[in-house]
Amino acid sequence: MTKQYALGIFDDEDVLLHAVENVRAAGVKIYDVFSPYPVHGIDDALGIERSRLPIAAFFFGLTGLSFALWMQIYMLGVDWPMIIGGKPHISLPAFVPVAFELTVFFTCHGMALTFFTITGLYPRFKVPVMDVRATDDKFVMAIELDETGSQYSRLTQLLRDNGASEVNQKEMTNN
Amino acid sequence: MQHVSSLREPLVTGGKTLHDVTQDICYQVEAKPNLRWMAALSVALFFLGVFFYSVYRTVWYGIGEWGLNKTVNWAWDITNFVWWVGIGHAGTLISAVLLLFRQKWRSSINRAAEAMTIFAVICAAMFPVLHMGRPWLAFWVFPLQNTFGSLWANFNSPLLWDVFAISTYFTVSLVFWYIGLIPDFASIRDRAKGPIARFSYSMLSFGWKGSAKAWSRYETVSLILAGVSTPLVLSVHTIVSMDFATSVVPGWHTTIFPPYFVAGAIFSGFAMVLTLMLITRVVFRLEDYITLEHIALMNKIMMVTGSIVGVAYITEFFIAWYSQVEFEGYAFINRATGPYWWAYWSMMTCNVITPQLVWLRRVRYSIGLTFVLSIIVNIGMWFERFVIIVTSLHRDYLPSSWAMFSPSIIDIGLYLGTLGLFFTLFLLFAKFFPVINMAEVKTILKYTGDNGPTYNPKAHAAHAHHPATHGAPASAPVTHNQHD
Repeated sequence: MTKQYALGIFDDEDVLLHAVENVRAAGVKIYDVFSPYPVHGIDDALGIERSRLPIAAFFFGLTGLSFALWMQIYMLGVDWPMIIGGKPHISLPAFVPVAFELTVFFTCHGMALTFFTITGLYPRFKVPVMDVRATDDKFVMAIELDETGSQYSRLTQLLRDNGASEVNQKEMTNN
Repeated sequence: MQHVSSLREPLVTGGKTLHDVTQDICYQVEAKPNLRWMAALSVALFFLGVFFYSVYRTVWYGIGEWGLNKTVNWAWDITNFVWWVGIGHAGTLISAVLLLFRQKWRSSINRAAEAMTIFAVICAAMFPVLHMGRPWLAFWVFPLQNTFGSLWANFNSPLLWDVFAISTYFTVSLVFWYIGLIPDFASIRDRAKGPIARFSYSMLSFGWKGSAKAWSRYETVSLILAGVSTPLVLSVHTIVSMDFATSVVPGWHTTIFPPYFVAGAIFSGFAMVLTLMLITRVVFRLEDYITLEHIALMNKIMMVTGSIVGVAYITEFFIAWYSQVEFEGYAFINRATGPYWWAYWSMMTCNVITPQLVWLRRVRYSIGLTFVLSIIVNIGMWFERFVIIVTSLHRDYLPSSWAMFSPSIIDIGLYLGTLGLFFTLFLLFAKFFPVINMAEVKTILKYTGDNGPTYNPKAHAAHAHHPATHGAPASAPVTHNQHD
């Protein structure tokens, strides 16, 4: 299924930021904004909620820590106790380094995998983009049009009034 | 939006626009490899061949090919291991610690420095694996039940901690580096002309489009990865130092080792970053991105960490005397005046005395001197590890077993070989990957480039006389409610 989008192309992050606020204030729903680098303040302007990734990271870390402690206590304390250097079987201070490393390991990889999964990042043969300049030097605001595309002229005016250097129409196959 | 003082030196010079950044950095990815690059790669490949030959000799004939003897049973292998791991640390310091401290100048150098980390850790990992003698049994270091009984790995051993530390460090650095590369791969993909390039960079870019939500998550992930990498990088060299510090060998058995090793690691790492950056900026014409200001800042970090290392050397000596432990005292007197005095004094000269030249502004801002200095520091840090390992071992408690160490040709081949491996990887990276983080440089461009609204060279010149009369130009769209 293909969809029509109106693309407002902006040259400057601050102009874009104000445009996002004004377009939303005019009651238009923004599909997405594509930029070559993270624009600070755009989350608030677009109403993107704070990511819950840090919470996930915490629980991944907790998993790593628990796993590491369980592993070391089980292996050296329960399954095959051995006297090493006359120390207790479960000598917790010696287990700290591995516990720490595995906490970091689980946090990092758990969070990276979560990030890739929820953002839909995985190797692909072809990547259809709205406008190739969005990864170079332009800021692209995409607004979804209905099937007739009737709002296009009104949106063109709105985007132009808010500083868009050009406005294009683009058809994208839904992916 | 960001606010940057008009007094700050611009981080990117040459009046670059966003498009210029893409253009300049993608240029060497898209251009045909030039002759200098090919020449450098052939030298690196030659040494890579030396590496493979030395590995073959080591694996086929055993570690008897090395110059080790019954007394000195750790020498070049572990020296090289610690040296390479240490070099890696600067990359993480730049990518993680400086990110947390909001040091924007890191943007131009973090990509290459992180690449250096990854390649240095690969080189480092060769040595512990090879010095096992039977590297095909390397999986024994993992906590797997062995096939002869139900023994597990010994978690009380710092050598095992090292396995976990290095593997975590390597994989975390790799993921951190790759996530940073994704948006830049997307930039290259969207410019790519040929079908092979478009296909490869589509695959590498993981379908990145730069949508606002993706960027928001990207920043969250970067921050948290930086947050966990910071203690991680400190832990890695701490654990490496514990390989020595938890033993009872005089000269190794010191509590000062963890901070001393971490400072030394950052010291040598920054030296290597400088060596690589000074070459890269010239070869790829990136002088506007890696400016003299960057070089001076890295020099300062090198000087600070070098001084910490100097204090550590002196403290070690003092404690050897103050503890009144006969063997400890002898180990240190032997270091400075024994048969390996030349190694000790090379280390002292290279690591403690020469970096102090950086106090002079002229040296700090001089490309030639910085380059020479960075090489000297790398040599000095290699000697540091050699001194710690070999001079502590070669005269043990039993004078009849005292011995000297001399490297075999295979020892030397392995060391030069890992240099070949490192430079092969780095040159391939520099050709096919963007050497500077484009997305991040673009973030800082508007406010810290010399064409930005806030930088005012006149104000800069007038600063000494009228500090209160200037600021950002009134027209500049600068807000002060800036939280980052």
